[in-house]
Amino acid sequence: MTRAINLRAGVLSLALLAAILLIWQVAVSGTGKTEAMDPEYAALMGQTATTGKSAMPGPLDVAATIWGHLKDPFYDRGPNDKGIGIQLAYSVGRVALGYGLAVIVAIPIGFLIGMSPLMSRALDPYIQILKPVSPLAWMPLALYTIKDSSLSAIFVIFICSIWPMLINTVFGVASTRKEWLNVARTLEVGPFRRAFTVILPAAAPTILTGMRISIGIAWLVIVAAEMLVGGTGIGYFVWNEWNNLSITNVITSILVIGLFGMVLDQLLARAQRLVTFPE
Amino acid sequence: MSTLLPFRRRAQAAAPDQAAGTSRMSNSDKFISIEGIARRYPAPGGKTTTIFQNLWLPMRRGEFVCMIGHSGCGKTTVLNILAGLEAPSEGAVIVDGQAIAGTSLDRAVIFQGHALLPWRTVLGNVAYAVSSRWRKAPKAEIEARAKKAIATVGLAGSEHKRPSELSGGMKQRVGIARALSIDPKILLMDEPFSALDALTRGTLQDEVRRICVETGQTVFMITHDVDEAIYLADRIVLMTNGPEAKVAEIVENPLPKNRDRTQLHHAPGYYALRNHLIDFLVSRSKTLRDAMPADYDPRHPPVIRPSLSEADAEAIAASTAPAPRRA
Repeated sequence: MTRAINLRAGVLSLALLAAILLIWQVAVSGTGKTEAMDPEYAALMGQTATTGKSAMPGPLDVAATIWGHLKDPFYDRGPNDKGIGIQLAYSVGRVALGYGLAVIVAIPIGFLIGMSPLMSRALDPYIQILKPVSPLAWMPLALYTIKDSSLSAIFVIFICSIWPMLINTVFGVASTRKEWLNVARTLEVGPFRRAFTVILPAAAPTILTGMRISIGIAWLVIVAAEMLVGGTGIGYFVWNEWNNLSITNVITSILVIGLFGMVLDQLLARAQRLVTFPE
Repeated sequence: MSTLLPFRRRAQAAAPDQAAGTSRMSNSDKFISIEGIARRYPAPGGKTTTIFQNLWLPMRRGEFVCMIGHSGCGKTTVLNILAGLEAPSEGAVIVDGQAIAGTSLDRAVIFQGHALLPWRTVLGNVAYAVSSRWRKAPKAEIEARAKKAIATVGLAGSEHKRPSELSGGMKQRVGIARALSIDPKILLMDEPFSALDALTRGTLQDEVRRICVETGQTVFMITHDVDEAIYLADRIVLMTNGPEAKVAEIVENPLPKNRDRTQLHHAPGYYALRNHLIDFLVSRSKTLRDAMPADYDPRHPPVIRPSLSEADAEAIAASTAPAPRRA
């Protein structure tokens, strides 16, 4: 039954893709020769004026660009012309660093806060105020204090990833079932062993949910941050190609950003499945 | 209240100095001694609610004690205090000559909701307890002990299942195995079978009884179920309704130590005991709280030892065949 549904869903997806590509192709196809004009003037104006071709690239143009990128993703011809693979690697590297730092900071701190109702209440106002701040609002402060645009981008990723993980860790730890803690108490399990053998496994699904939210936000933010700081990265690539008026490249990067966001999310979804326990 | 009178009140019938030897335990008998514990909670308006106070209860080594009472009489609190999970507001609990402070591996708890760690297998859950008891034991020894405990409760072969794959009865078996695996001095059970269906409950009661008789385990168990108490307990502690609950009396189970659940209701003294317990739950648990007898001494709650009731005697006399007695 599920196989049948999967098959039908797959067929429907492909049909939708075909329909979208077709509409896209029709919508951007030229309307034919519009008016007679001086050939020199026509050459100057380009196809948009002479044949009514849309300024928007069609799917075939985009496919050609993607193929071009796939053939040589890692070329490097100076600061403004690097392959999309290199740009992605920069972005992924920044996200990995900022997000990794956030994991290292948020989970232990969240653990401590979650175990102490006092700390939990005392720190709640700070978390509540800082959580809704757009991470890019930190950018000027980061640039001013860190004085390095690349590090500032990493800091922005760090600061935006930390909140969901912190909040979920606090919540997961604080809501560890009393009976499990009582089991540990009656077995005279020490605080360290209790933290690792009871509280961590009990809170792990909630913590992983926070990590999954965080990686999503981090991937959203890196594009915007790199547009601001410039230099390298997929966000900078998008902005650069917009300045080049290369819409095919912009569309290509949108697809690539989406694809990588999905991969990151799926990686954490898989990790989440590993630590989830049925009751 | 004439229906209650098949029971003699030994403590009251005897003179105080004689009673000391019969109904009161000598100090050497007291393996566990609950001494004047109280539990109070702050209530609105700056007052305090007293769940129970001045509660005294001695228990012998190897004894199976059941506590019966209505919800709110503080049974679970008594058990939690015995376990060390809660501290009494007043008083102390002495176990094996030492006042308890906090939880201990000597006192294993079987929780009402089994409280298995769902991310561990059956073996993992039991081994967790074993490795907590013997911290430095090699892994093979821990596994061997855990497997032995699992086999004791009849779950051999299910070691690698997760709790979510087990039925309610099997989960509670794992809970029992976990408690037994650490060789506790005392087993504390908080309505361990109340969430199970009648058939499973019966089987598990048999298992628990067999294990406790074989190992001479000292057990304190809370239950709502009168028949469970009659089948399992050596002594049954009756609590009046809360708040301000008291130990109304301690009933000594007259049925022979070797019991058969299926034949229990034929045993002489069974109905007298059962009626006494049910009468207590139906009416006396309330009337006694409001007005305890004048000679009630909370340090020595009356010990009641049922003898054959007239009904029992008549039944035995009337029956052509001897009443099935299982010795």
